[in-house]
Amino acid sequence: MDINGTKANVDFGQGVLREVNVSLVEAKVGEYVLVHAGYAITVIEEKEAKETLSLWNSILETSPE
Amino acid sequence: MAENLKFRNPAMAQNIASKIKNLASQTEKTKICHVCGTHEWTITHFGLRGLLPENVEVIAGPGCPVCIVPAAEIDEAVQIAQMGIVVTCFGDVLRVPGSKMSLLDAKAAGADVRIVYAVSDAVEMAKNEPQKQFVFFAVGFETTAPSTALEALGKPPRNFSFLVSHRLIPPAMELLLGVGDLQIDGFIAPGHVSAIIGLKPYELFPRVYRMPTVVAGFEPIDVLMSVYMIVKQHVEGKPRLENEYPRVVKPEGNLRALEMMRKAFTVTGGNWRGIGRLPDSALQLKESLADYDARLKYGVHVEQGKDILLGCECHLVIIGKIKPAQCPMFLTACTPEKPVGACMVSNEGTCRVWAKNVAVQS
Repeated sequence: MDINGTKANVDFGQGVLREVNVSLVEAKVGEYVLVHAGYAITVIEEKEAKETLSLWNSILETSPE
Repeated sequence: MAENLKFRNPAMAQNIASKIKNLASQTEKTKICHVCGTHEWTITHFGLRGLLPENVEVIAGPGCPVCIVPAAEIDEAVQIAQMGIVVTCFGDVLRVPGSKMSLLDAKAAGADVRIVYAVSDAVEMAKNEPQKQFVFFAVGFETTAPSTALEALGKPPRNFSFLVSHRLIPPAMELLLGVGDLQIDGFIAPGHVSAIIGLKPYELFPRVYRMPTVVAGFEPIDVLMSVYMIVKQHVEGKPRLENEYPRVVKPEGNLRALEMMRKAFTVTGGNWRGIGRLPDSALQLKESLADYDARLKYGVHVEQGKDILLGCECHLVIIGKIKPAQCPMFLTACTPEKPVGACMVSNEGTCRVWAKNVAVQS
C-alpha cells in the first residue's frame, strides 16, 4: 500500500494490514508480494499467474490420453 | 484476485486427476516425494490423495523446518534462556522437545522466552530494552535464512545475537535418494524455497539421479499439476527439471536474498533430527559476524541431544518411510495438544497435519 525505505505496509486481504520488510525484493506500490515471516521474498507476477492458468488449460485440452 | 479461485477449481482438479489416472495406467507405480510441510498441508487438507489412482503415491519427506531441528540445538536455546537472556523464536519452535525440556517448559519455569513473527520484531525488542540481552533462535530453510542474514548484516544492537539453526533443502533431497527401500520415482520441489534458490540446485536430480523433478506451488491445482508432470516424465522415461510455479519462482531465484546469505553465512555440516549429520546442509554465521553468534558469545555447545523418545517414530515419518497412522503413538499417546515427537508440534509437521485433517484422510 505504501513503501517507506525498507518497510512497506502490506494488505494481506480481509482487513489484515502489516508492516513488512521489502529489502529482499524490488517491489512497487500496487504489486503482490509473497511474504515469509515478515519479509517479502518475491514479487508475484499477475501476468505469469494468468499465463500459468492458460498453459494448464492448453496442456489439459491437448495432451494425448 | 479471481485467479485464486481458479487455482482451486474442482472441475479442473477432476480433469487433471483423470489425466493422471490414464497416464499412470501405463506404468506399474509412481512414488512421488515432496519436501515441504505446506505441500503436505495442501495434499492432506484438500484430500488430494483420494483423487489419485492407487499406483500413484505421494509421500512427505523432511519438509518441516521445525521438526528437523535436533534436540541438541533446542538444548542450547534452553541453556541460553536459563542464563537469564531473552530468547525470541517463531511460535512453532516453542514446543519442540529438547533432551530434557522445550523452550515452553523453560518459559513455564520462569525464563523469558518470547514469540516473534519476524526476526525484525526481535531486533526492535532489543533496541527498546537495552538493559537486557536478546537472542533470536533462527530456525528454518532457505525461506527464512535471508531475513536472518539481512538483520545480521544490518548492524544489530550490541545486546542482540543469533542462535543459527538454518538448514538447506537440496542436501536432504539427496539423502532421500540414498535410502534404498524408499524407491522414489520423482520429486515435488518446494515452491517457496525455490523462490529464493532458483532452479539450479535441483539440476543434479534429473541429470545425475534420473529423477523427475517439478517445482510446485501450494494451491491444490498446483500440486495436482506437478503430480501429472512427474507421472508424465516417469512414463516417458525422460526425467527433467520443470517449473510449475513460474508466477513465483524465477529460474535464477532471488539474487538479492542469495547475495545476503552468501555474505552472512558459511555452509557447513549439520545434524537433522531423526536423520543424522548431512554434509553441507547447515548455515553458520561468518567469522566477521562472530560477535553476533550466540554460541560463541555465551559459550554454549551441546554435541548430542536426545532426538527421539522411546516409542516415537518421528525419524521414520520425517523421511517418508511410514505414514503417521503407522506410529503406535499417533493420536493415542501423541496428540496436537500433548505432542511427544517434533512431527506433531509444528503446523508443518506431517503428524500434526494428519491429526488436524484426519476426517479428510479416512
